[in-house]
Amino acid sequence: MAGETRLSLHVPEPEVRPGDTPDFSNVAIDRAGTIRRPEIDVVPEEIRDLAFSIIRVLNRDAEAVGPWSGLLDADELRDGLRHMMTLRAFDARMMLAQRQGKTSFYMQHLGEEAVACAFRKALAPGDMNFPTYRQAGLLIADDYPLVEMMNQIFSNERDPLKGRQLPIMYSSRAHGFFSISGNLATQFVQAVGWAMASAIKHDSKIAAAWIGDGSTAESDFHAGLVFASTYKAPVVLNIVNNQWAISTFQGIARGGAGTFAARGHGFAIPALRVDGNDYLAVHAVARWAVERARANLGPTLVEYVTYRAGAHSTSDDPTAYRPQTESDSWPLGDPVMRLKAHLIRIGAWSEERHAQAEAEIADTVVAAQREAERHGTLHAGGHPSPRDMFEGVYAEMPPHLRRQRQRAGY
Amino acid sequence: MATMTMIEAIRDALDVAMGRDDDVVVFGEDVGYFGGVFRCTQGLQAKYGKTRCFDTPINESGIVGTAIGMAAYGLRPCLEIQFADYVYPAYDQIVSEAARLRHRSNGDFTAPLTIRMPTGGGIFGGQTHSQSPEALFTHVAGLKTVVPSNPRDAKGLLLAAIEDDDPVIFLEPKRLYNGPFDGHHERAVTPWAGHPLAEVPAGYYSEPLGRAAIRRPGAAATVLAYGTMVHVALADVAARGIDAEVVDLRTLLPLDLDCIAASVRKTGRCVVVHEATLTSGFGAELAALVQEHCFFHLEAPVARVTGWDTPYPHAQEWDYFPGPARVGEALAAVLEI
Ligand SMILES: Cc1ncc(C[n+]2csc(CCOP(=O)(O)OP(=O)(O)O)c2C)c(N)n1
Ligand SMILES: [Mg+2]
Repeated sequence: MAGETRLSLHVPEPEVRPGDTPDFSNVAIDRAGTIRRPEIDVVPEEIRDLAFSIIRVLNRDAEAVGPWSGLLDADELRDGLRHMMTLRAFDARMMLAQRQGKTSFYMQHLGEEAVACAFRKALAPGDMNFPTYRQAGLLIADDYPLVEMMNQIFSNERDPLKGRQLPIMYSSRAHGFFSISGNLATQFVQAVGWAMASAIKHDSKIAAAWIGDGSTAESDFHAGLVFASTYKAPVVLNIVNNQWAISTFQGIARGGAGTFAARGHGFAIPALRVDGNDYLAVHAVARWAVERARANLGPTLVEYVTYRAGAHSTSDDPTAYRPQTESDSWPLGDPVMRLKAHLIRIGAWSEERHAQAEAEIADTVVAAQREAERHGTLHAGGHPSPRDMFEGVYAEMPPHLRRQRQRAGY
Repeated sequence: MATMTMIEAIRDALDVAMGRDDDVVVFGEDVGYFGGVFRCTQGLQAKYGKTRCFDTPINESGIVGTAIGMAAYGLRPCLEIQFADYVYPAYDQIVSEAARLRHRSNGDFTAPLTIRMPTGGGIFGGQTHSQSPEALFTHVAGLKTVVPSNPRDAKGLLLAAIEDDDPVIFLEPKRLYNGPFDGHHERAVTPWAGHPLAEVPAGYYSEPLGRAAIRRPGAAATVLAYGTMVHVALADVAARGIDAEVVDLRTLLPLDLDCIAASVRKTGRCVVVHEATLTSGFGAELAALVQEHCFFHLEAPVARVTGWDTPYPHAQEWDYFPGPARVGEALAAVLEI
């Protein structure tokens, strides 16, 4: 047939690859303070545009501006800075510990510290996070003991998870931190179920689901959205868009949609997009979504726009798939530096106090590590018993497993 | 012949398959530009273009589901699931769709696809990077399941799998990617270089599915193993000076029952070894077949050495992994009876 179109397969590609000059000119960034703050009972159709803009509070001059500012006082901001700095120092020590063979594996948060640290402060006791492996900030901002985290990372005799789980796959019901699975997206929909249970029981607790940009491609993400939409579950659905999923750029998961936040629209779930490197903006948007959920107004989808400045994990080398300097050109800056500059700007902080805080935090982290190492590291010192491997598979150990445990000599 | 690691041999097989047949397409998470987290597809996108080797969204069900559609159209997809531990979202597509398509459409549609995935433990990967789910596939009518134990087989078997007209589950023991690991984790890592089965013929050849290989002939007992456990068994038999016959099954389905039965009839004793959990594991199938086919030749009950019936642990990896000590104990016990 004349003029018939021959088909061809479209395979998206990132703008740049190793050797190219990093280019984020396609990332449209709104000026701080320019995006409106709707009422929490707004009709979702009226804020469809908020899935395509970026809510920001901190401007270039480190001032907090616009309708999303003014929620946190200087003490709270200093706390936030301390949490982010602690997470960063913790990551640096654990990366080193992994290289020294004290643990098998680690995943850091470099560049994304604001997201979980600021979100945590919007929750109330009893609320439950269903985190991915990149939300240790939820624990740190809730003052979970660093030593406990390290005990888990070192799989030592004090490991609260008895050596069963991969390092960093923490669990703490008391701190509103659901056990991390490791299988992507599975827990996104579980958060919706937890929230539905709270509603069934006329409770006041809410849930927070977490997922990475790449993992939004999983079917469980979409299952989470439809259940949240149908039952108006009291849940905040968080997407951390750090631009990369191991070596795969976010365009592969996003496909033809303009943003990840826009995924909410087909489900009539209000969707906001926020500067993930702006502690104040993250916190303000989290507060909005949490209030909405708690007021029985249903789910909110939030996309945090950030950048994974480090490698995916200790098993990854990003120079193989993205320009080495890409991280430096990321237009939303560094969350720690931005909050520090703001605190200095409002006269609540100084270079000296920052240096002093850095030293104190380093000391705290080192002291925690020393304490954890007294109880062993992966290949040295105290370790969980092989018996612990057989325990906890069932509420009561069935006879066949008891026989196996005995055969193993424990 | 070139010396290759298992990774290089798999990459070479994919290269040969793609070079010979334009219908072979390769895809999965991180397999395109980067070449896979284990680098098994490195260079293929550059060579064959991004519509024949590409990155997919992180959705295992989608990866297998689209592959079934492509295969039904007439392509020969060879896809990668990043770790066998992440195949479960695709299980419905594999079990209800790929496995049954031929049968339910009476051959009107078929699904000649190959699903590659790293399997097994030994890398401190915890419960999400260590599982051995082969029995979940051998239990399903319509699927073939392959587990190579060395670079030469990996290449030949993968080429046969891609050419096969039915869906093939191709499990790659990740602890063997860079060397013939024999379970002695306390010793220095042995590379593939120097191993006779790391000598990989250039170009095309295929290793037929359904044929076991005797890695070490012997008369005192038969060890049935596959993947990493072949090397564990060989090392242990050598260290203890036991005259055991070590059979590398290579393909679990179709299974080389003739080879198994001949060996056990000769030795009269049999130890089955796998990393996967014991209960309803593939070892149960092997033990049942040996009992059915060799009952009057058996001098001792068939023994099974396997992972324990627990999730794969992190810290207790070497207490879980059925290493040389446990294989040796089982052999000694079987020989004493
Ligand atoms: C079901 C499943 N498939 C694949 C993987 C392997 N995997 C681990 S992390 C990852 C990338 C996830 O990227 P993203 O969701 O963007 O999160 P990020 O690591 O950037 O925080 C992949 C593919 C997995 N853990 N689970
Ligand atoms: Mg990501």
